[in-house]
Amino acid sequence: MKRLTIEQLLGINKFMVDDEEAHIVLNKEICASCATKPCTFACPACLYTLKENGEVNFDYAGCLECGTCRAVCPKEGAIAWGYPRGGFGVSFRYG
Amino acid sequence: MEEKFAAIVVGAGPAGSTAAYLMAKAGLEVLLIEKGAAPGSKNMFGGRMYSHALNQVIPGFWAEAPVERPVAKEIITLMTGDQCLSISIQDLSWTKPPYHYHSFTLLRAEFDAWLAAKAEEAGAMLACGIRVDDLLIKDGRIVGIRAGEDEMLADVVIAADGVNSLMAQKAGLARMFSPGQVATGVKQVIKLSPEEISRRFQLEGNNGAAQLFVGECTKGMQGGGFIYTNKDTISLGLVIKAAELQKTQHKIADLVEEFKHNPHIRPLVEGGEVVEYSAHLVPEAGLDMMPRLYGDGILVAGDAAGFVLNLGYIVRGMDFAIASGQAAAQTVIEAARNNNFSRQSLSQYAKLLKESFVLRDLEFYRKAPHFLENRRMFEVYPQLACGLMSRMFTVDGSPPAHLLNKVLSQVKESQAGLAQLAGDGWKGARIL
Repeated sequence: MKRLTIEQLLGINKFMVDDEEAHIVLNKEICASCATKPCTFACPACLYTLKENGEVNFDYAGCLECGTCRAVCPKEGAIAWGYPRGGFGVSFRYG
Repeated sequence: MEEKFAAIVVGAGPAGSTAAYLMAKAGLEVLLIEKGAAPGSKNMFGGRMYSHALNQVIPGFWAEAPVERPVAKEIITLMTGDQCLSISIQDLSWTKPPYHYHSFTLLRAEFDAWLAAKAEEAGAMLACGIRVDDLLIKDGRIVGIRAGEDEMLADVVIAADGVNSLMAQKAGLARMFSPGQVATGVKQVIKLSPEEISRRFQLEGNNGAAQLFVGECTKGMQGGGFIYTNKDTISLGLVIKAAELQKTQHKIADLVEEFKHNPHIRPLVEGGEVVEYSAHLVPEAGLDMMPRLYGDGILVAGDAAGFVLNLGYIVRGMDFAIASGQAAAQTVIEAARNNNFSRQSLSQYAKLLKESFVLRDLEFYRKAPHFLENRRMFEVYPQLACGLMSRMFTVDGSPPAHLLNKVLSQVKESQAGLAQLAGDGWKGARIL
């Protein structure tokens, strides 16, 4: 049994990506002031990554809509968290 | 303005669909709103539902509901790096009357769609692919919802929108939870043939197994692993307290792959094909995170109300969700009869929940979440128990020792003293 990378795992899922509206938006200024950045390892989809310049990058396309980032974020106001517009986002076929 | 509903239910999960089903059946005009393209498409859980609650609402539901397997076997497994120690109970009476059937494994996409369809058949209007953005508030009471440009009115709104209940927060009934109050669950659904699943878990026919894991799989973090056997898939995953994920550098996505490849687990899933990877938050703090359950024109049900109970060896959520949906429906039906949707009138909901198992059980086990914050449960004790059992069965030519000495020296080697072990054992027996 081969080990699957997170990209492979997310690739198995069905997503309807909303190209017009991000449902989670970061306030990068607040993120820059965060020492621990727990979102970069707690997100089950590994969608929070650090750029070379230390800036937090977030890709909402593979979001599993769990809310872990919202729960672990230590900086108030850093994450404007919501669900995708109706019909968009992940669609679980099993659940 | 558009037509006005008696009730608008936000979220077509088990709580919302049950409420909508019963209200529609009683003749009320009900709108059931779901943000997913289909009911269930945003929902995920570990894998098992206890049947008693739904059996009250739809007797013998298993004859028509898309359930996977009735659970006949429970396994608890403690793991260290090399060892794993399992306690297994198979009780075939769980698949016969009067427990006919005690619990089922199931998959939410299919199951939730079925339950929502029951509500629709009963006369509820089901609207999918609609994200509710806000509550409409007039003179301090909830009078409806706003979704994009659309506004819809109702005598009462039932917030059944899950653990991240933005509705309960907007209504001022719930506060934001803390990372210590929720856990992250991740799951892989792995496809295998039904025969192979039955063979690997030593199950007869379509009987199912539920297995929980404690220890190495979460690196000693508060949480555990799970496997549920479905008809032709296995649900495998981990649940870890968000407060732990906040501190660790371990990625939960890596841990679940590691868990799956653990030599104790791999033979169970070998050759299977992963067909889905999902994640969801679990409200785990019980009464400590319960919002105010009702306000003027609003009720909160299911995960949105924090109705989940984790005892470490039993995890329940769906039976609470369904029973709370039922209590919400009863409350609204009565309120409609009196044409009174005030907070006072809707307080009946809390009364019904107290009379039912929902608040009774949550109150009975109210200290369990705190007890399970004890990290010794997730590292020290699995090591202690596995070590002891391994010692009992090891023959290597070294001098023999009586069982009592083996126990005492194993306890001495562990990081917990005898007094601590006795203390935790006593507390556990009293709280769980």
